[in-house]
Amino acid sequence: MLSVRNLQVSIDDNEILKGLSLEIKPGEVHAIMGPNGSGKSTLASVLAGNENYKVKEGKVFFEGKDLLDMAPEIRAREGIFVAFQYPVEIPGVSNINFLKTALAEIKSYRNLPPLEARDFLKLLKEKQKLVEFDASLTNRSLNEGFSGGEKKRNEIFQLAMLDPKLAILDETDSGLDIDALRIVAKGVNKLRSEKNAFIIITHYQRLLEYIIPDFVHVLYNGQIVKSGGKELALELEEKGYDWLKEISPTDELA
Amino acid sequence: MITEINNSLYDQFIADFEERAARIENESVYSLRKKAMEQFKLLGFPSTKVEDWKYTNVMPFLSADFTFKQPVNTNTTEVGIQQFRIAALECYQIVLLNGEYQPQLSDEIVNKNISVTSLKESYQEETFQKNFGQQLNLNKHHFGALNTAFFKDGLFITTKDNAVAEKPLHIIYLFDSDANLFIQPRHLFVFGKNSNTTLIETYVAANVNSKVFINSVSEITMGENASLHHYNIQTPHDGTVLINHTEVNQKDSSCYNNYCTSFPGADLIRNNLNVALEGENIGSHLYGLYLVADKQLIDNHTLVDHRKPHCQSNELYKGVMKENALGVFNGKVLVRKDAQKTNAFQQNNNLMLSSSAVIESKPQLEIFADDVKCSHGSTVGRFNEDALFYLRSRGISEEQAIALLINAFVFDVTEKIPIPAIQLHINKLIEQSLNELETVS
Ligand SMILES: Nc1ncnc2c1ncn2[C@@H]1O[C@H](COP(=O)(O)OP(=O)(O)O)[C@@H](O)[C@H]1O
Ligand SMILES: [Mg+2]
Repeated sequence: MLSVRNLQVSIDDNEILKGLSLEIKPGEVHAIMGPNGSGKSTLASVLAGNENYKVKEGKVFFEGKDLLDMAPEIRAREGIFVAFQYPVEIPGVSNINFLKTALAEIKSYRNLPPLEARDFLKLLKEKQKLVEFDASLTNRSLNEGFSGGEKKRNEIFQLAMLDPKLAILDETDSGLDIDALRIVAKGVNKLRSEKNAFIIITHYQRLLEYIIPDFVHVLYNGQIVKSGGKELALELEEKGYDWLKEISPTDELA
Repeated sequence: MITEINNSLYDQFIADFEERAARIENESVYSLRKKAMEQFKLLGFPSTKVEDWKYTNVMPFLSADFTFKQPVNTNTTEVGIQQFRIAALECYQIVLLNGEYQPQLSDEIVNKNISVTSLKESYQEETFQKNFGQQLNLNKHHFGALNTAFFKDGLFITTKDNAVAEKPLHIIYLFDSDANLFIQPRHLFVFGKNSNTTLIETYVAANVNSKVFINSVSEITMGENASLHHYNIQTPHDGTVLINHTEVNQKDSSCYNNYCTSFPGADLIRNNLNVALEGENIGSHLYGLYLVADKQLIDNHTLVDHRKPHCQSNELYKGVMKENALGVFNGKVLVRKDAQKTNAFQQNNNLMLSSSAVIESKPQLEIFADDVKCSHGSTVGRFNEDALFYLRSRGISEEQAIALLINAFVFDVTEKIPIPAIQLHINKLIEQSLNELETVS
């Protein structure tokens, strides 16, 4: 589904990703863990198409198509969704109108008929319930004045509404209390299927107790330094990130 | 300050005035005209050396060959006017063609407390004589003086004390001429005590082939406790210059709401909106919206004049500027010595869609009272790129995302419009001009 090969990314001449490779198949859940500043959000932003990040080397294919060639909206319509670590507040754009517009454009791109108003509302209700998203928030301006937790919940609500093939959750767990975390995890687990895939970015293994990953990757200093099964998350939790310094290839070179 | 460029137009005016003197229509009106003419001779047309016209150069627009004559054979019909109606709005439609009231194209006002007539037929009326020319400062306003000297006709609308207009009055100013037209409409609106009215003024041009220079003056008087919702919807097309001067005088406990919306089209729009709060417990709310496209100039000058204590004014003007557009906002809030306990707020925000668009924003506070709450501010900004990216990352195209963000930007103003049909109409005009803006780029 997603194939990242030797991805090298910089921002303002700072190299952030230094040759990252990753293969994801439909139905899989991958966790990416790593200390602050290791480049996790950078990876998410590059996959979403944020042009502030410059791709110096490498290729990314999504279902066989060159992802890096696509505008952000095309990527979304092809089925990529990033739940951002810091969702933007957009005063004056109503949440509901925004979702309606997004859904209409995605449907039209996929040659699907647009949703009738009634069906849209039905879908809205259903997904609100799924992620226990407060209906009053749906009618407000997009993220405006939302608490940190509400913003994260809104990202997952959008994810549920737009039904992407590949969802990338960037530290959705930070800022959520344990109850909210359970709800989000429950929602994600319900959305999981043989056809879609998830990348869960986190630096605590807490969330991974609820969303069990098939693979865990450790991102350190712009590279994946270790990959393994779900038990790797526990190992990281125990040892912290310090021991990574010993195995980091970049450090070896330095 | 008469420059060469408009010498011929200036001479034309002098000749016209002398011809007019030969057929005096009314003694007191004529003496006011004479005073105004003397004043105009002193002032001339404003050059950019005049502070209030610093960024707005009218001179190039005065060099065309204009006629002052009313065109006769215009073929404006009921059908032609349909397109300027506001959909789904129940209202009294009042049509003016080239500044002249057209009763046959207008609705009959069945409400006996509201009177709509042509201005020149009202010179004998007591209300006319008491109010006409009372508010406009001829020494200061070049075009105001010119209008006073030369106006031919316009509207005279009055409402009785306690009158409630059961539906809005929608005035459609239509301009249609095969020759270049210089036209100076003059209106007087007098609203009685405790009256409640919605007045919509729509500016449109029906003929795209000739130039129209409109120099309009309106005087509005509001009695005690009167309420007025006043809309200006300006959609004239290219080749049009609109100088729109409005003087508002408010008495105790009255409430004035102005919504001034200007859309791309005209070469130049200059609005002067002067509101005098001549009483206590008055509320004045001024909302403005201007969308300016390439090579256009939209200039809003407002004056909120607090003369008495315990009043509130609130002003919010928002502008969207595209390509080589030029926008001017000059808002003055004056709080006189007697106007204690004044609350006055003013804000001007501008969204620049291109780096070559220019906005000159000048909010001014002049406060001579000591116990007041006043604030003002002005912002000029580009798109929030993060917001744009966020919307696109959800599958929304760049154009749609931009439209959403522009709508969000102007929302603070449009949401203030209390009548849904008018709000919808304004939103449609916004959408239309955005689409036009898009195709231009
Ligand atoms: N917009 C930016 N401008 C400059 N530096 C940035 C920017 N975004 C990220 N960085 C830098 O890139 C590195 C990786 O950041 P990020 O991808 O956010 O890490 P993580 O999500 O793993 O905490 C950090 O050193 C950060 O300071
Ligand atoms: Mg991060």
